[in-house]
Amino acid sequence: MAVKRKASLATRINKRLTNKSFWRGVTAVAGFFALWQVSCMGALPFMSAIPTPVEVAHAFWKFVFDPKYWAGWRDSSLRVFYGFVAAQILGIPLGLGMGWNRNFKNLTFPVFELLRPIPPLAWVPVSILFWPTNELSIAFITFIGAFFTIVVNVLGGVGSIKKELVYSAVSFGASPSQVFWRVVLPATIPSIATGMMVGIGITWNVVIAAEMIAGNTGLGRLTWEAYLAGYTPGIIVGMISIGLAGYVSSGLVKWVSELLMPWKRIF
Amino acid sequence: MNGNGNACKVGSAQVEVRNVTRVFRIPGQPPVFALKDCTLTVEQGKLTVLVGPSGCGKTTLASILAGYDTPDAGQATINGQAIKGPGPDRMMVFQETALWPWMTVMKNTTFGPTMSRRLARGEAEGRAMGLLNKVGLQDFKDKYPAQLSGGMQRRAELCRALVNDPAVMILDEPFRGLDVMTRELMQEYLVKLYEDTGMTMLFITAEIEEALFLADRILVMTNLPGTVKKCVEVDLPRPRDFKVLASQRYLEIRSEVMEALYEEGAKSFGKLDVFDFPGACAPAATQD
Repeated sequence: MAVKRKASLATRINKRLTNKSFWRGVTAVAGFFALWQVSCMGALPFMSAIPTPVEVAHAFWKFVFDPKYWAGWRDSSLRVFYGFVAAQILGIPLGLGMGWNRNFKNLTFPVFELLRPIPPLAWVPVSILFWPTNELSIAFITFIGAFFTIVVNVLGGVGSIKKELVYSAVSFGASPSQVFWRVVLPATIPSIATGMMVGIGITWNVVIAAEMIAGNTGLGRLTWEAYLAGYTPGIIVGMISIGLAGYVSSGLVKWVSELLMPWKRIF
Repeated sequence: MNGNGNACKVGSAQVEVRNVTRVFRIPGQPPVFALKDCTLTVEQGKLTVLVGPSGCGKTTLASILAGYDTPDAGQATINGQAIKGPGPDRMMVFQETALWPWMTVMKNTTFGPTMSRRLARGEAEGRAMGLLNKVGLQDFKDKYPAQLSGGMQRRAELCRALVNDPAVMILDEPFRGLDVMTRELMQEYLVKLYEDTGMTMLFITAEIEEALFLADRILVMTNLPGTVKKCVEVDLPRPRDFKVLASQRYLEIRSEVMEALYEEGAKSFGKLDVFDFPGACAPAATQD
């Protein structure tokens, strides 16, 4: 097989440390914080309301020992996870079905297209009324955020399968269900991966906003409460945490989609 | 056989196309006759090459023979049986690679026999291995198509088709997009394959040199509406190698085909004065 065995941790770290683009990245991040610090220290007057990185670091240190902070991570992550996974479980088959069967598409697509432009946050009131708990309504809104994206991507993916790939399978004697499972589904995986990548970003956007409106816990709520308390370093800690959480989940999604596409990992 | 009266004799035909018409109708536009009253024969055990200017309905004809498309009038038959849909008796090799990117070369090749349960997996793999060996791909059996060069992909595709023991191979400009060197190598592979197996083949191309080098018989197609205009028997010796390209007979046949083809090419570009000039094609053909 062309897939290489994983190099040992030591060689991988060593590779990182000798990599120029890695050091450029480190410089960029360090430069960003330096610029922030300098502009807060009076270089730029409109930055006076913003806490300095040092203040934020202090606040971060306090948060690290606060169980409420970690509970925020857990709650937001779970909401994203439930909403995102539900969106994939329902959205991928729906997209495949619409792409595979014209009648099914004729029946479902108009309603889908009517609902799609409604922003996830516009679902908040009806969601709170409909679902018995706040937790469920936030997860539902998160689901909405990822659902339409994955369906549109899968539908587009099925539509752009090279017809020769299907034709040759039919010539070889594959039945319609064999064509679906052996050709259409694998050919759509790259689009599913794209849909998941876009979707995970949207779910984080949505969950934070939903928490600010309807939640009692979570990273979004934490940020909002810091604002209400006038504790500006806390706001920044919340923002950075959300950024980190999104970064980690994108990494996980990328990892999963690479597992699904061994033929794309060959170079 | 066709209206012009210069078609070939009917032989022990395996694939027959009788008065096939295929019209593409787009609302608000005049209908496009990709094929009109097209009649031809692909004889058993012969390598028939279909040559024509681009857009003359060659691919439409191939799709009808493979069963992906159905004619609006007329009939296509294989061994006297009407072609109703795709089947493993007719293997198609497409213009662009149609290997499944998510399957290794071996999985691609064994797809046909295992899918239809004609062969057990082990047996299919054995046969595939034999074919891959023949085309020099034995060390690439576990690679994905994207890891192969263009020429290797085409060879893998030939194996994938051949493993099904097709009654006829339909090759629709299979070597298009390959560089000249690779293309010549692939032509040699195909000639050797044909001469070893005597398999019935229909090879579609827009290139005269390729047609002449491969063919037992060349069918020249007219421009839209597509039909067979001329049939040229290629009596160059077999086994064939590139030496035939220098022979006198080659040049004679070439100018015959070119004459027919260039009239058609000119038609597809509208009226060009040079082609109205009597004998314009013949000297041009013998010059190089």
